[in-house]
Amino acid sequence: MATSLAGVMHARNPRARSALAALVTLGAAAVVVLATLAFMGIDTGLALGALWRGSFGSPYAITSATLVRAVPLILTGLAVALAFRAGVFNIGAEGQLLVGAAAAAATAGALGDTTRIIVIPAVLIAGMASGAAWAAIADWLRRRFDVLEVISTILLNFVAINLIGFLVRGPLQEPTRIFPQTPTLEATSRLPILLAGSRLHLGALIALAAAVSLWWFLRDRAGGFRIDAAGANPDAAAVAGQIDVGTVSTRAFLASGALAGLAGAVELTGVTFALYENLSPGYGYTAIAVALLARLHPLGVLAAGILFAALDVGANAMQRDAGVPAALVHAVTAIVILGVVAAARTQRSD
Amino acid sequence: MEAFLEAAIRTATPLLLAALGELIVERAGVLNLGLEGTIIAGALASLVAAGTGTVAFGYAGGMAAGAAVGLVMALFVVGLRADQIITGTAITLLATGATGTLYRALYGTQGAALSVPTSGPIAIPLLSDIPIVGGALFAQPVTTYLLYALVPAMWWWLYRTHAGLALRAVGESPGAAVAAGVRVARVRALALVAGSALGGLAGATLVLAQSGTFAEGMSAGRGFVAIAIVVLGRWHPLGVVLAATAFGAASALQFLFQAMGWRVPYHIFLALPYLLTLAALAGVAGRVRSPAALAKE
Repeated sequence: MATSLAGVMHARNPRARSALAALVTLGAAAVVVLATLAFMGIDTGLALGALWRGSFGSPYAITSATLVRAVPLILTGLAVALAFRAGVFNIGAEGQLLVGAAAAAATAGALGDTTRIIVIPAVLIAGMASGAAWAAIADWLRRRFDVLEVISTILLNFVAINLIGFLVRGPLQEPTRIFPQTPTLEATSRLPILLAGSRLHLGALIALAAAVSLWWFLRDRAGGFRIDAAGANPDAAAVAGQIDVGTVSTRAFLASGALAGLAGAVELTGVTFALYENLSPGYGYTAIAVALLARLHPLGVLAAGILFAALDVGANAMQRDAGVPAALVHAVTAIVILGVVAAARTQRSD
Repeated sequence: MEAFLEAAIRTATPLLLAALGELIVERAGVLNLGLEGTIIAGALASLVAAGTGTVAFGYAGGMAAGAAVGLVMALFVVGLRADQIITGTAITLLATGATGTLYRALYGTQGAALSVPTSGPIAIPLLSDIPIVGGALFAQPVTTYLLYALVPAMWWWLYRTHAGLALRAVGESPGAAVAAGVRVARVRALALVAGSALGGLAGATLVLAQSGTFAEGMSAGRGFVAIAIVVLGRWHPLGVVLAATAFGAASALQFLFQAMGWRVPYHIFLALPYLLTLAALAGVAGRVRSPAALAKE
């Protein structure tokens, strides 16, 4: 075993190395999970059974838990993938999602029980526009003042969460003024259910359409080529490709914010039906792992989004049924990210 | 006014510890977004270590945990030369998840009772009696006093010693540093471990000197704010002191406003320091220059 492992490590075949890196990553994640279970004295079979039942164990778990959870992860994953491909380090998908959800809640509240055909598009557009506007702040700071977008987007995440905290206790609070949340959405401003008897909503089709469109755009359009060129080597793109790198990256940044804002609007109208502070359990951060595991490929984001969603809802089931802390999923997510960056590095050094 | 000044220094203390740690790391050319993770790791470790009954163990445990997180970061960004921004983000996520899991595993769903020894304010005789500023500067927990020694020591080390020069050279021009016989990888790894130990100490301060217990996510973005403070302080120890104090004052404004009877929503206060940091970052832009090799490889 040891010799064959060493053989693969020294193999010149990058695919073998890549596969090995993936195996090592998954192995490390598994070891962490099993060690935690052993340390806490939890029955491994019980915990892993709960993980399976909660994520893929039944048609209801698949449609109403995993796929519903995958929607915001896919949309924010696409947001991060697009920005990273353009060389923009948007760590602010979380804040853009929250602001998108807030704008969607305000719009839905203002339109009241107007017909669904009008309310739903208006709410989704409000989410996208505000997500893009939130990203635009960081983009403006970057272009006008040279402030690293890594730092500004993270700071804006904290501003966004406090903004929601203020809104749900102030201007947008429900009429009885008891709970820190907006009033529950009217039926006309909720996304339609796709599958009777499940919680699967229209957002799943929106996420699918977004992933396919982005894939097509990046593969077949000149705009997609410009984004990849600007991200891969801005100087070469400017000199050899006559690409206005600043404009290209600004557009990608705003589109990235719009996708994250859309995720917030979809989550509000499809799942939570009200705005409150803990609306997102960190979708915007998990999105980074989703995008990296997908190697920034839009269709890969679909698969990675579903995988992380299964992990997430499975972890919740493990906490409920076996007492395993759900925070463990963040550690596993982080190990996957580290595995991917280490693997990418190993390949580059070939 | 005295409550305001006292709160300003109290808020600034963990920020300044973390920012000085980040300063060393960035001067070696590494942007450590894992700082947030080192703070939360230090916070939990200090709670566990102080559970033995000694506050000093608590601080040592916090520093050790921070250094361990820094070592992981060094393994990836120095050893494997992985992307600093993505690795740092992942390390923060890892530490957040691991501390949340461990905290539940160790203390159950009820959480830790307020049972660890804490390190309360120590009033220095005479000095703490100075009107207005006495209490703010000289009736603080032990880590604040540590800073009074650490800041000048770091300044002297960075600008007056050979090792400090080597560190700055690695951050400005790794190629030239190599030519001069400096082992770049080793300097960066050591900087990450030492700087992260200070981040862990910042987390220990939050637990032992301020809240008396641990809560999931209690670092609340202080690591990221500390990174911004390093930029505002122009990568200089004294500048960092000024920036951290200003941030502490902004956070403590609520005490001043309460005293004046102004009613401003609580969450606006919570957002204010982040907004002021963004505004300040925009304000200093164009007039500051980061270490030339920062986050380059």
